Amino acid sequence: MDFKPTVLGSLMLIAVSVVNADDGQKIYTQGGALPAATACFACHGADGMGMPAAGFPRLAGLSAGYLSKQLADFRSGSRVSPVMQPLAKALSESEILAVTSTLAAMPAPTTPQVTRNSTPTEPGARLALRGAWERQIPECVMCHGPGGVGVGTAFPPLAGQSASYLVGQLNAWRDGTRHNDPNDLMGHIAKSLTPDEIKAVADYFATLGSQEAKP
Amino acid sequence: MKFLSLAPLALALVSLNGYAAQTVMDDQSELKIPAATSAKIEYFQAPAEHELPDNAFGKLVRQGHSLFVDTKRQAPAYVGNGLNCSNCHLDQGRLANSAPLWGAYPMYPAYRKKNDKVNTFAERLQGCFEFSMNGKPPAADGPEISALSAYAYWLATKAPIGVELPGRGYPEVKQPAKGYDIAQGAQVYKAQCAVCHGDSGQGQKVGQDYVMPPLWGKDSYNWGAGMHRINTAASFIQYNMPLGKAQSLSDQQAWDVAAFINSHERPQDPRLIDGSVEKTRVKFHANDGVNLYGQTVDGVLIGQGIR
Repeated sequence: MDFKPTVLGSLMLIAVSVVNADDGQKIYTQGGALPAATACFACHGADGMGMPAAGFPRLAGLSAGYLSKQLADFRSGSRVSPVMQPLAKALSESEILAVTSTLAAMPAPTTPQVTRNSTPTEPGARLALRGAWERQIPECVMCHGPGGVGVGTAFPPLAGQSASYLVGQLNAWRDGTRHNDPNDLMGHIAKSLTPDEIKAVADYFATLGSQEAKP
Repeated sequence: MKFLSLAPLALALVSLNGYAAQTVMDDQSELKIPAATSAKIEYFQAPAEHELPDNAFGKLVRQGHSLFVDTKRQAPAYVGNGLNCSNCHLDQGRLANSAPLWGAYPMYPAYRKKNDKVNTFAERLQGCFEFSMNGKPPAADGPEISALSAYAYWLATKAPIGVELPGRGYPEVKQPAKGYDIAQGAQVYKAQCAVCHGDSGQGQKVGQDYVMPPLWGKDSYNWGAGMHRINTAASFIQYNMPLGKAQSLSDQQAWDVAAFINSHERPQDPRLIDGSVEKTRVKFHANDGVNLYGQTVDGVLIGQGIR
């Protein structure tokens, strides 16, 4: 007797969620309700791994919280991108919620486990694993996690992100065109890096995933 | 003369007592470190990693480094919380004003007033495990202490023995005239610290391992650790936090947020006497810098411990 209303209730819930929830997968592959919200996959790839040659970042496996904040920042203009700003503005809140959840659930590239005691052998790895404390530069993995896999909603993965994207962002932090980090944590570090260091550390994280596969 | 005769005596006493079974070093008393001056200080330079020789010594040093930066995973039997040595000794124990190992190693054996005896460097390391790591002290002649000592010794290569080097410990940050304000500290925490350490001081993990250390609760340092002192935490924070932005807080903010952090529960002081917070407070905390152990804040007794 008790279960009847429960079953009814669940059926109603299902019905409601079918009506209201946006389909993140559909938004990713076909775009949002407004025409300006074009499909994400065209630039970020069917697997969400981005398009390194064009500098479009990997989104698969990034935390929904981080992605939502970036979309909100594109909308408000606190993160500048001529491509992403109109797109982000055309997405509704519920569409953002849906598409970021879908992206977070997409498989991230596998990266080798790099623990704190790994020994760096070249300049990019040294910055990543040891930092340059004489300039108040902490090792990247201290915030972005072992192997740069990302931590929580504030520290996105660096591993499996293309060198072109990482260099572009570090340069943007450095010249101040990107400044949507909490408490200037990243901007302040990027400003202390040299162009050579930016290239070296970007290469380190971009190739981390493929290193094991190399002959 | 006195120094030379005391050190072997302390070693002998310690080995008679047996290390592992009991609290071997009840002293977590603070170092008196003068405030850093604004003048540009030339700090001691530890050797570079690539200078490490490829031989048995180099291997032991590497093991020590590995334990230092990956303590929880490398020495799980001796670590009772989620911390690594390098959480409080930044840049792998190399950074000036972050209690660098090169500043500590040449100062031992050292007489410490609070336990009224000469402590060896091994005993000092054991104290870290018991309090800061809320664990068990590894044997003084065991592989962990040997490796960590070798690492500290190597970092101190060419440092003068028995000389207080600039940059050792955490420089004192004097208590502001207005004292400290826990409620203000909560605001500083929310604005500056929570992004890494979490809204509830719980830290952040990747898989099983903490990346950002928990600042209170069961996986943080216990009530016997030096960091439980508000003055010590304020000094650490002022010179090391937020990461990469040292000395960006005011002294007042550093004290306020240190008080906020250290007003939260953490594992009990392993020196707890007869199960009594009050007795423990009187013996170990009443004259130990500025701390809240055994005091009542907003009607709640601080120092009850957490499992």
